[in-house]
Amino acid sequence: MKYLLQRIAFYLFTAWAALTLNFVIPRMIPGDPVKSMISRFQGQMDPDAIESLYVLFGIDKQAGIWDQYVDYWGQLFRGDLGLSFTSFPSPVSEVIGTSVWWTVLLVGITTALSFAIGTGLGVLAGWRRGSWIDGLLPATTFLSSVPYFWLGLVAIALLAGPGSFFPSSGGYEPGLVPAFDQYFIPSAIQHSLLPAFTILISSVSGWILSMRNMMVTVAAEDYITVAHAKGLPERRVALSYAARNALLPNVSGFALSLGFIVGGTLLVEIVFSYPGLGYLLFRAVGAKDYPLMQGIFLVITISVLLANLLADVVYMLLDPRTRKEG
Amino acid sequence: MTGQPVLEIRNLDVDYGLGDQAVHAVREVNLTLHRGEVLGLAGESGSGKSTLAYGLTRLLPPPGVISGGEVIYHPPGGEPYDVLGLSDRELRAFRWAETAIVFQGAMNSLNPVHKISTQLTDVIKAHQPNLSAAARTARAREMLRLVGISPDRMESYPHQLSGGMRQRVMIGMALALEPQVVIMDEPTTALDVVMQRQILGQLIELRERLGFSVIFITHDLSLLVEFSDRIAIMYGGRIVEEAPAETLYRDPMHPYSQGLLGSFPALRGPRRELAGIPGSPPDLRAMPTGCSFHPRCPKAFEPCPARLPILGQPDAPTGGGRTVACWLHPARVPVG
Repeated sequence: MKYLLQRIAFYLFTAWAALTLNFVIPRMIPGDPVKSMISRFQGQMDPDAIESLYVLFGIDKQAGIWDQYVDYWGQLFRGDLGLSFTSFPSPVSEVIGTSVWWTVLLVGITTALSFAIGTGLGVLAGWRRGSWIDGLLPATTFLSSVPYFWLGLVAIALLAGPGSFFPSSGGYEPGLVPAFDQYFIPSAIQHSLLPAFTILISSVSGWILSMRNMMVTVAAEDYITVAHAKGLPERRVALSYAARNALLPNVSGFALSLGFIVGGTLLVEIVFSYPGLGYLLFRAVGAKDYPLMQGIFLVITISVLLANLLADVVYMLLDPRTRKEG
Repeated sequence: MTGQPVLEIRNLDVDYGLGDQAVHAVREVNLTLHRGEVLGLAGESGSGKSTLAYGLTRLLPPPGVISGGEVIYHPPGGEPYDVLGLSDRELRAFRWAETAIVFQGAMNSLNPVHKISTQLTDVIKAHQPNLSAAARTARAREMLRLVGISPDRMESYPHQLSGGMRQRVMIGMALALEPQVVIMDEPTTALDVVMQRQILGQLIELRERLGFSVIFITHDLSLLVEFSDRIAIMYGGRIVEEAPAETLYRDPMHPYSQGLLGSFPALRGPRRELAGIPGSPPDLRAMPTGCSFHPRCPKAFEPCPARLPILGQPDAPTGGGRTVACWLHPARVPVG
């Protein structure tokens, strides 16, 4: 328990540091949103309009950096992330709220699926070393070394296009209203197939490879020989003795990759113009939408930290050696 | 000891690798274990003792292969059968129920993620599926008590036990199904001397109570002299001498046995000069011709490099019940 509290304290400190950086970095980017809007209108704005834009965005007050920092924390604790510049006047929390589900569902499901499939195949490949599954390894390693946005581009070029079943961009058929009905759900699934397969194919081999190698390492342990000598059924030796121990590093890897679900597949979302958080971040950076950027970074930071905490907890549950007494 | 045989090893050959590249780790080993007996198996590292133990239970890690021979097991009140001819299913049933093993690595023999109770009961469950969970737990607790560990240690994980306790758990586990044969592969190497004696003393006591036979493998001949009934000495994959422990200790015939006995101090009796065996164990890929010990042997003479001595009963006053493979004591009655 003490160990867990120590970890939590550590994560709180990390969160503070990350959020402070989150405050500093956008302010170090040259230019401001009004200037980028002026350049978007190619200078055809009169000074009054510019002045009112500054007032509207709340960056007219020449407040000191410290006051801004205190304000920033105050807003964070109230859950107020400010108003988005690009989707003005929607609050940032609302803009993030709509797109985060696209990412969580698409990447979350594919990550879990990829972990399950990869670990399963890895157990088989490691246990029956030299069987046909080992023959798959070079192919999957090749696919994992290909950047997945490129795989996405190839998939679009080959599979999507006019008349194809696979749509090349977007999260659902334009013209549909997002709702849980028989028109929207199938369309959303159809749109998610290509990006999902792209992520799945490129990420599954990492799990296979690490699980297989851990299985091979664990299979040489004395307690596996003992388990064989005890005459236990093959399945029990493979799963309860070998895989159960080999799984440990993979599980913490999985918990960590959960943290990257939210922000990790930016490029795939850009390639497929998928309405998720990564695509939103891409647009926010382009439009110098500070509040939105900060909001997205906040969500990513918190999810990474939560995933780390989850990894610690899961590890404590799975490996009795990490549990401290008292 | 002239009891019934329980395990007969006949002409066992074990290789690592196949074809010309194969290394012959165990060659033409003949050994009989009698009911209720402690048979010691001694030799340097690389002499093939552990390979023999793994071979006769078919636990050889690849690329180990049994290239010839038979291992005949005599079940109590049943027809003897060849362990090497069992199907996978029969082999699984044979393992642990008839022949249990206590391995070298006391520290790593237990699965770190399962409780002691799980590891003690799963073997009972695998072999006696009809037994209820409560009966299995009761049996496991009994086994712990038998080896002198408090049964409330059942819910501990291996890392919460000391090395000596872990090895005692392993011995308790080995006895859980009341096997006829227990193979001990250097069971106390990782433990300190006090713990070694304590555990072995306990084991011998248990053997007298439960009546199983033991094959005790070690490089520590002094332990064997104390704890075993009969001792077989291995060198270069072959058995070079076999005799009752007392006889071997007082009157070793093979120069290698003499060397081994001369390399540790006696606990009692007059002080004597310790002598090692010069040279190092033979390279199994390039064995010397003739007797493989001849390059290191202080008593080698003309036939040694040329011809292989056969293991057999020597023509000597203490010849009864012992065999040796040495040209100094040519075999009168060869075995095999």
